[in-house]
Amino acid sequence: MRKVLLMGSPNVGKSVVFSRLTGVNVISSNYPGTTVEFSKGYMRIGNEKVEVIDVPGTYSLEPTSKAEQIAVEILQDSIASQNGIVVNIVDGTNLERNLNLTLQLLKKNIPVIVDLNFWDETKHLGISIDIKELEKIFNVPVVPTSAVSGEGIKELVDRLAEAKAMTYDYPEEEKWHEIGKIIERVQKVTQRHHTLLERIADASIRPLTGIPIALGAVYITFRLIRFIGEGLVGYLFEPIFEKIWAPIIMKLSFILGSGGFIHDILIGRVSAGKIEFFESFGILTTGLYVPFAAVLPYVFAFYLVLSIFEDSGYLPRLGVLADKMMHQVGLHGLGIISMLLGLGCNVPGALATRVMETERERFISATLMAIAVPCIAQIAMIVGLVGKYGAKALMLVFGTLFLVWIVIGILMNRLLKGESPEIFVEIPPYRIPYFGALAKKLWMRVKGFLKEAIPFVLLGVFIVNILYSLKIIDFLSKLAGPVIKNLLGLPSGAVAALVVGFLRKDVAVGMLVPLGLTLKQLVIASVVLAMYFPCAATFAVLVKELGVRDMAKSAVIMIFSAIFVGGLLNLIL
Amino acid sequence: MAMDLTRMREGERGKIVDIQGGWGLLRKMETLGIKQGTEIVKVSSQLMRGPITIRAGNTQVAIGFGMARRIMVEHKK
Repeated sequence: MRKVLLMGSPNVGKSVVFSRLTGVNVISSNYPGTTVEFSKGYMRIGNEKVEVIDVPGTYSLEPTSKAEQIAVEILQDSIASQNGIVVNIVDGTNLERNLNLTLQLLKKNIPVIVDLNFWDETKHLGISIDIKELEKIFNVPVVPTSAVSGEGIKELVDRLAEAKAMTYDYPEEEKWHEIGKIIERVQKVTQRHHTLLERIADASIRPLTGIPIALGAVYITFRLIRFIGEGLVGYLFEPIFEKIWAPIIMKLSFILGSGGFIHDILIGRVSAGKIEFFESFGILTTGLYVPFAAVLPYVFAFYLVLSIFEDSGYLPRLGVLADKMMHQVGLHGLGIISMLLGLGCNVPGALATRVMETERERFISATLMAIAVPCIAQIAMIVGLVGKYGAKALMLVFGTLFLVWIVIGILMNRLLKGESPEIFVEIPPYRIPYFGALAKKLWMRVKGFLKEAIPFVLLGVFIVNILYSLKIIDFLSKLAGPVIKNLLGLPSGAVAALVVGFLRKDVAVGMLVPLGLTLKQLVIASVVLAMYFPCAATFAVLVKELGVRDMAKSAVIMIFSAIFVGGLLNLIL
Repeated sequence: MAMDLTRMREGERGKIVDIQGGWGLLRKMETLGIKQGTEIVKVSSQLMRGPITIRAGNTQVAIGFGMARRIMVEHKK
């Protein structure tokens, strides 16, 4: 199958073009042997089905990072197999620096078509570009597009067939001079006034105005996630489970004879003719209720808000504002982005540490995240469980975790050799997110959650039942019970939750429900469950990212700090 | 008068006359089209020696304080 490679620098609107070109059948996958992600989809040229690859953004073909290296490898593969077309997506508002990559691509033996994106913005910015002249210079098609509104996409598709390999020759050391000459021929800039978005952009990166804006954004984010999450739970998922699913389960329970091994594994305990979805602990009851009704609404809400922030261009600004704080824990400002991702799910959060420059930063950030950043699934369950006691109780849990994050971060920064590198990041202009691309990304993330979570949740519930019926939990409780009781002040039944926590933290928190814990015990259990070890999926990724030795180091820090913090809470609360 | 980026005030304009960094810094700046001779505006600086943000054309970039100290700028009115 022929391939269309979308190539361009970061922030040129590549993924919007990608989502315009491809249909719903989009796969996001890792490049073999790495954790660099790229998306693949399909489109038609005439009657031919071709593969479209959203190549990781790269400023040039001389890679400086893992992602850029992958971009170059994908290009080389395509050149070698002679079956690719490159769509070089160029930011029309930054033509000069984007042409560096264009010229490098034109030197390769592969057909190229240039997509001059953000065409509408160039007009607002008073930039006029002579497309005909540009086509004459490069001798390949140049198509202006505004991917967000869809303008020009059809022409881009129609002219894909005209893409051709060119050799535009110039001496390498003269490249900026060469680019300068081209710019002089094709581009005219007229003075213009600042737009409202630009004023907001400047305000949000100056500390005096930027910090209040950031705090406001965080506050609105929390409110929005709660509003959307609670709305979905209350008006959609709970009614579905209570009104539709519960009667079906009751019938099934009757058919299965209201008891017995199979009944208990599938349905669990039924008390007084009613199903408590949180407590019955069958695969078809709690096993489905936790991922779908308790967690999915918040996963959806979280990723919706996060994706809007990502696509609008706010996150690098947050990174700049937070840079000083992040340096205290040995990271630079962009480290906050992997922490935010970790709040959704620690797995992508751990993968995001890949973009960091040094091993030290990767270790610190992965360890900090695994210890003190609970994922949204766990947060949703904690909020459901502890939230009953009011905002103060929740503050106790999350405030403790935040303190742990700071203290362990500062300690690691002091104790580990080396320094953290400085931030260097492009600040893209604010852009209104394109709905199509947003929806696609959201869908991929929610799908990722369902694929990751549901097997583990079901497996978790299944294993708990088996362990109970084989009396293994009883045995472990007797074994670890005294430690848990004396040190953490938790009943020995909490051992089961700690065992399941290795698999899935949300299920583990759910297992605290039937224990009838006091508020103090709930707080301790929630904090310890968040800290003591990552869930299986995160653990697997961390081993791959950090290596066995560093992961072991990290795990030692996790276990000891969990016991220490849990014990401390038990003493002072 | 040449001075480094950290000494400029918000909103001031200047022209880059020298980047006294290693190859890495030069290279990073170049990928964004910022090099010797580029005209820039300082957009912001953060408290307590935080990163400096500058604009060149329609490109904005935030640079750590230490790196910003090695970028020399000729001040323009």
